[in-house]
Parts: sequence; C-alpha cells; structure tokens
Amino acid sequence: MNAWLLQHGKAFKWALQRLAASPTNTLLSLIAIGIALALPAGGQMLLSNALQFARGSGESNATPQISLFLALDADKKAVDHVAAKLKNHAAAKQVRFISREETFKRMQSGENLAEVLAALPRNPFPDAFVVTPHNDSPAAMEQMRNEFRSWPKVEHVQLDSAWVRRLDAMLRLGRTAVILLTALLGLGLVAITFTTIRLQILTQRAEIEVSRLLGATDSFVRRPFYYFGAVQGLAGGGVAWLIVLGVSTLLSGPVADLAQLYNTSVALQALTANESMALLALAGGLGWLGAALSLRQHLQHPN
Amino acid sequence: MIRFEHVSRRYPPGIDALQDVSFEITQGELVLIDGHSGAGKTTLLKLITAIERPTAGVVLVRGQNVGALKAAALPFLRRNLGMVFQDQKLLFDRNAFENVMLPLSIAGFSPREAGKRVRAALDKVGLLAREKALPIALSGGEQQRLAIARAVVNRPSILLTDEPTAHLDPETARDVANILRDFHQVGVTLLIASYDNVLFAPFASQRLTLNHGKLLQ
Repeated sequence: MNAWLLQHGKAFKWALQRLAASPTNTLLSLIAIGIALALPAGGQMLLSNALQFARGSGESNATPQISLFLALDADKKAVDHVAAKLKNHAAAKQVRFISREETFKRMQSGENLAEVLAALPRNPFPDAFVVTPHNDSPAAMEQMRNEFRSWPKVEHVQLDSAWVRRLDAMLRLGRTAVILLTALLGLGLVAITFTTIRLQILTQRAEIEVSRLLGATDSFVRRPFYYFGAVQGLAGGGVAWLIVLGVSTLLSGPVADLAQLYNTSVALQALTANESMALLALAGGLGWLGAALSLRQHLQHPN
Repeated sequence: MIRFEHVSRRYPPGIDALQDVSFEITQGELVLIDGHSGAGKTTLLKLITAIERPTAGVVLVRGQNVGALKAAALPFLRRNLGMVFQDQKLLFDRNAFENVMLPLSIAGFSPREAGKRVRAALDKVGLLAREKALPIALSGGEQQRLAIARAVVNRPSILLTDEPTAHLDPETARDVANILRDFHQVGVTLLIASYDNVLFAPFASQRLTLNHGKLLQ
C-alpha cells in the first residue's frame, strides 16, 4: 500500500514539475483551457441567474402559480376546508389566501374601477387561493389544476401555463446551448491535452525506453502522464472558475442598476459550490481523457 | 541458471544474428562472450532480458522460458537482472544520484532505503563524491562506472554487461574490469560481452565465442 501511494505521489510530483518546467507553455495552455471552459460555465451561471430573476423571491408574478377561485356562495366552512386541503397538499410549496374583501379593497383603490365598483349592489369578487407548486413543470401543474377543479366549491382554476411553457422552453434552450458548448469546448480541452501529452512523450522518450529496460511496468510509465493531463485540466478548470468569478463580479453592479430601473433587486450570483465542483471535476476528467487518448495513440506497449 | 536450447534469432529480411546456439551457465559463473563486431553478442544478451525474442529455440533464465513471457511479466524479469548497455543509456538531464535511483524508484523502494542503496552503489564504483554531477560532466570511464552502479543497485543475481570497456583507455578499462570482478566475487553471475578477450579471459569460468551468429565449440 505504501509503495503504491509512493508511486502515485511521485507521479503527481512529476506532473507538477513538468508543468513548472515550462511556465510559459503551461500558462498559455491553462488560459486556453480556462477560456474554453469559462464559456459553458458562464452560460450555466447566466442561466441560473436568469431563472432566479424570472422567479424572483417567490412573491413575484413571474413565479409559476395556480390560482383557485371559489364560488361566490362559498361560506367560511367551505373556505376553511379548501385551505386545509391545500395546506396538507404534498405538491403545494406555498399557499396564499386572498379574501374577496381584500380583492375588493384593492380594486377600489384603483382610479378606474372605484366608481364602477361603488355602483355594484354587492362584492363581485370570489375568495381565492394562490398556490406555488414544488414542481413547476407544465405537466405537474396541469395535473394539479385537474385535481383542484374537482374540489367542491372551487369554481375556476387558473394556471399561467403560457408563462410556464415559455419559461420551460427558454430553460430548455439555455440548457441545450450550455450542453452543446460544454461538449464542443470540452472536446477542445481534450485536444489540447492530447497534443501536450504527445509532446511530453516525445520529450521523455529516452527516459521511457530506459525505464522499461530497467523493469518499469506499463502503468508506471503511463501514470505520470495521466496525472499531468488531470492536473492540467484541473488547473484550467480553476482558471475558468476565476474568469467566471471575475466576470460576475464586474457585471454585478451594472445588473443591479438595471434591475433597479425595473423596480426590482437582483444580485448576480457566481457559480454555486456544486456547480464549481462539477466544473473542476469535468475539467480534471477531460484532461485525464485527453491524456489517455494520447497515450493510447503515441505510447506503444512494450514487446 | 541461464540455458539456451538451439536458439536462433533472425531479423528481416533474413539476417541470422544467432543460429542454433546452445549453452548453459550456472550460478556464480563469470562468462565471457566474445567475437567480432556483429557476431551476435548483443543479441544474445537481449534474448536473456527478453528485449528480443528468439525466432527458434528456448531461452531459460532461472527455469523460466523468457521467450514466451507475456509483456506484463517482463518488468519483473528485468528487475532481477542487472544490465550495462553498450550505449549505457544514461539519462543526461538527471544527475548521477538520480540515474542510479531510477531502478529503485521503479521497484517501489522508499526514498530512505533507496538513498542508502544508491550511495552504497556509487561508493562501490568510486563515484560517491560526484553524485550531483550530470553525466555530461563525467568522463567516459566515469559514465561506464555510473552505468554499472545503476545495474547493480537493485542487487541482481545476474549482471549482463555489453562491451563494458569499449572506447576506454587501458587503465580505465582495467578499473572497470576490476569493479566487475568485485561484483562477481560476491556471488553475482556475470556475463560480459566484449571483443576485449585479453582483459577478461583470464578470469572467465566459461568462454562463449560467437562467429557470424554461430557458437564456436
């Protein structure tokens, strides 16, 4: 076990030494990898922020919601019954009750409707519930609407399905774009590592030959190159992370100013911890893959 | 310990480097393999280390048919054989200490144990004071001694040397020969492929003379 750890430690150290041995080449490779990965990572960050912006804090109109309007003759017992069912409903994340009196007052305060409402013999507005679902996919919301419709004293169920569908379509488009970018630019990372490892193999050809003659196993010869690819990819991922962090920091001020013009507050979020970990893992993994492909192509098995 | 049974090695397009060679070497022998340039001395050593495979016959090393070994088994054969190559194969971007350290790193020795062994090997060949020197800074004789130190640092029971005194002046050649004899005297089976039969023949327990790939009786 100790010998195994020792071999891996040496291979890792060798990879770091090789990266440090040609700092300019290493820096340029890391910048190229960093930029290549920063584009999909930045896309993911913008997507997350756009989603957050669209949904606001949960109170915004933009949040996908279902509105239940009760019958005008629904008494307090019926209202309480519906309220209790919604409160215990597993799919309901948040439930807000809007009484008919509250609606009437709000409408009265409006300049255009005040006179019209004053002329009416009674309050024309029903009691209502606004439900924010846990799962806001169109299918899930449609299912909830159908269920709510069947409840007694529920007159009408309104689902902002057009908004939900638009949001869902935009998200799917954004996610597809990020996946495509990740695939294409990830391929670029693999290509960079492939070439770098090929050059390293050429540089180390004498050492590889001597090592094999002295009893080095195939894995002993290959291991340092795997580490090189993974470390280079990981470091490139770190550069990408820094680029995204820098861009989000630079943009946060202008975005907040813009949001203020729309009477809302938005704080641009950098990559989350999970997204950051995924970025680094992907970068390291692709570096390792580039090394594996290059070794397969350029390092023949011993006789 | 080493046995050749009707071994031949043919290179394309039909050049016979070795033809129907048979012999046996027992433990602790000092064997001189001599013959003219191109006689097949190097090929014979390469067959023992499985760098080359025989086209006919069987090569047995410690009872193991090395010609039939799978690629994955070769490293473990070679770790138990010391080899001084004709062109030395030193790494010129590494100093003397690091060159000798290489077989021990491959074998997975701890740095402390490896360091002790490397210094002992360098001391034995008289290069301890030059452990930090790059091979380029060493003389031809010193480079040869460094190659010997690297070959013996794993404490192999069999040491193969290919033209160990080639291109050395007579005095340096004698020094190298004495070092090799010292290893033989502590029980190492020593095979020396050399055209210089004057230097080694007096100490050899067996002499294998090759002529155009054939072993002369």
